[in-house]
Amino acid sequence: MQVIAQRPKSLMEVPFTYCPGCLHGVAHRLIAEAMDELDMRNHTMGVAPVGCSVFAYKFFDCDMAQAAHGRAPAVATGMKRARPDMHVFTYQGDGDLAAIGTAEIIHAANRGEKMTVFFVNNAIYGMTGGQMAPTTLSNMKTSTSPYGRDVEDIGHPIKMCELLSTLESPYLIERVSLLSPQDILKAKKVVNKAMKINKENKGFTFVEFISTCPTNWGVESEKAREWAKENMLPIFKIGNFRDKSREGGQS
Amino acid sequence: MGEKVLMKGNEAVAEAAIRAGCRLYFAYPITPQSELIEYMSRMMPKVNGIFIQAESEVSAINMIYGAAGCGKRAMTSSSSPGISLKQEGISYIAGANLPAVIVNVQRGGPGLGDIQPSQGDYFQATKGGGHGDYRSIVLAPNSVQEFADMAAMAFELADKYRNSVIILSDGLLGQMMEPVEFAEAKTEKEVEELGKQHYDWCMHPNVDGENRHHHEINSLEIDPNVLEKHVLKLEEKYKKIEANEVKYEEYNVNEDNEVLCVAFGTASRIVRSAIDQLKEEGRNVGLIRPITVWPYPYKAIEEALHDKVKKVCVFELNLGQMVEDVRLAVNGKVPVEFMGKVGGLVFTPDEVKAKIEEV
Repeated sequence: MQVIAQRPKSLMEVPFTYCPGCLHGVAHRLIAEAMDELDMRNHTMGVAPVGCSVFAYKFFDCDMAQAAHGRAPAVATGMKRARPDMHVFTYQGDGDLAAIGTAEIIHAANRGEKMTVFFVNNAIYGMTGGQMAPTTLSNMKTSTSPYGRDVEDIGHPIKMCELLSTLESPYLIERVSLLSPQDILKAKKVVNKAMKINKENKGFTFVEFISTCPTNWGVESEKAREWAKENMLPIFKIGNFRDKSREGGQS
Repeated sequence: MGEKVLMKGNEAVAEAAIRAGCRLYFAYPITPQSELIEYMSRMMPKVNGIFIQAESEVSAINMIYGAAGCGKRAMTSSSSPGISLKQEGISYIAGANLPAVIVNVQRGGPGLGDIQPSQGDYFQATKGGGHGDYRSIVLAPNSVQEFADMAAMAFELADKYRNSVIILSDGLLGQMMEPVEFAEAKTEKEVEELGKQHYDWCMHPNVDGENRHHHEINSLEIDPNVLEKHVLKLEEKYKKIEANEVKYEEYNVNEDNEVLCVAFGTASRIVRSAIDQLKEEGRNVGLIRPITVWPYPYKAIEEALHDKVKKVCVFELNLGQMVEDVRLAVNGKVPVEFMGKVGGLVFTPDEVKAKIEEV
């Protein structure tokens, strides 16, 4: 019998802790597949954030560190500088990366740390129960913006790819969607591209996943992807913001 | 050991750390510790080490967390306000059982305070400092030589117990120049071997047929029963440290002491001068100088309370912090008096003498 699909070696054989309709599992799988395909597992260290994916250290089967809220890029910097012979990635949500960890992500990117940052944007805090995130959409209701996000009062959703694109050091910055099978296949290529650049120690790579949170959005899980397509994609535009390898770029 | 060189405490501890095998240093500039970060920026590239001026104290301590998670000797330094920012990271280092060395060149507080010497961070350093139940080992130097010697001592203790070690100095020790003699520097090979001592738990390449399970650096235990076990295991470690690592120095402690003084760091130097002057006047006063302020030398103080000791005098550059530990050790046997100096000011030997002579 021919095996055509199986669990990636870089994922532990433990069940995920995610809600139905959540796309963390898909993002985890893409990263694990990239590690398998690029034969990186035994030389890779990951950093788990604080948020729904806090248990990522139990899910990826490579050495893992769990970081304080928002500090993953600083922790990853220490790891990469201590072990330049290894490859480092962080996995962070929107509260972790775009609110409490804003300084850490901007400066790790600006130093051009040779690591990959995977950023999962679902426009809300998941683990703490659906509070407003820095990426929460205008007028979107959350448990701490019960009347809808008032952009005059609290500001507009932060677009991290665009913000990081003002820096010269990052090697790759790209936003992908996990909202359809076609999108996932495209996302897989970007994840692999980022991890290959990582493997070759070329520079800082940043991949943003547009994801869902049916539980805290109050949307049925099968409708969450449609909701995200209609509401998130017009604000968070899918595409590449920086690719130094395409620029013929030597790092 | 080589020849003596005249150096500032800030530079001496940096040089000694490199000699002790520190190859990763992350920090943020702050007075009065800036010579330390500047020295590291000059010297680390010369030993193929890593120097990063981090975007904040918070980031610097988290870089330490990452580097220590790889089993490497890593150090950060700051002064009081910056050390407050590092408390989050120190708590995570404790929770994840990581070795780390943190230098605090204390200045006056609270808030921005000033940039003069102080011992106002005693509570913060010795009683935990961040959230949760944990302890850092705290070493308190009182000379440039001892400041430098404590770098190697701190790394040895950090590695031995997988624990944070704070060198609690102050603006005076950091800025003052004194002759200092350095230990032989570790060779590149020795430095490399140091990192390998932690291969049973730290993150490192999964090769050479190790075929191991992946390693996790983590302080999260969501199941209360598991967390309870984890915290009790940390407590066991702290008890072992309390049993084995107490260090202190006695100065003129004898059975005829009429007064026993207790002081650490910079304050102890002034008390020593006062005791010398009193000795010339025929008075017999002893001094216990804690070298580790956690674990604390309770027993040494208790044992130094000879029959003729009428009172214990505690001198600190704060409003009275260590005095609480002294009271625990003395346990009401004789009166415990306190004299403090704040605002970044330092008392004179005459002021200390007057306090000791007070009836």
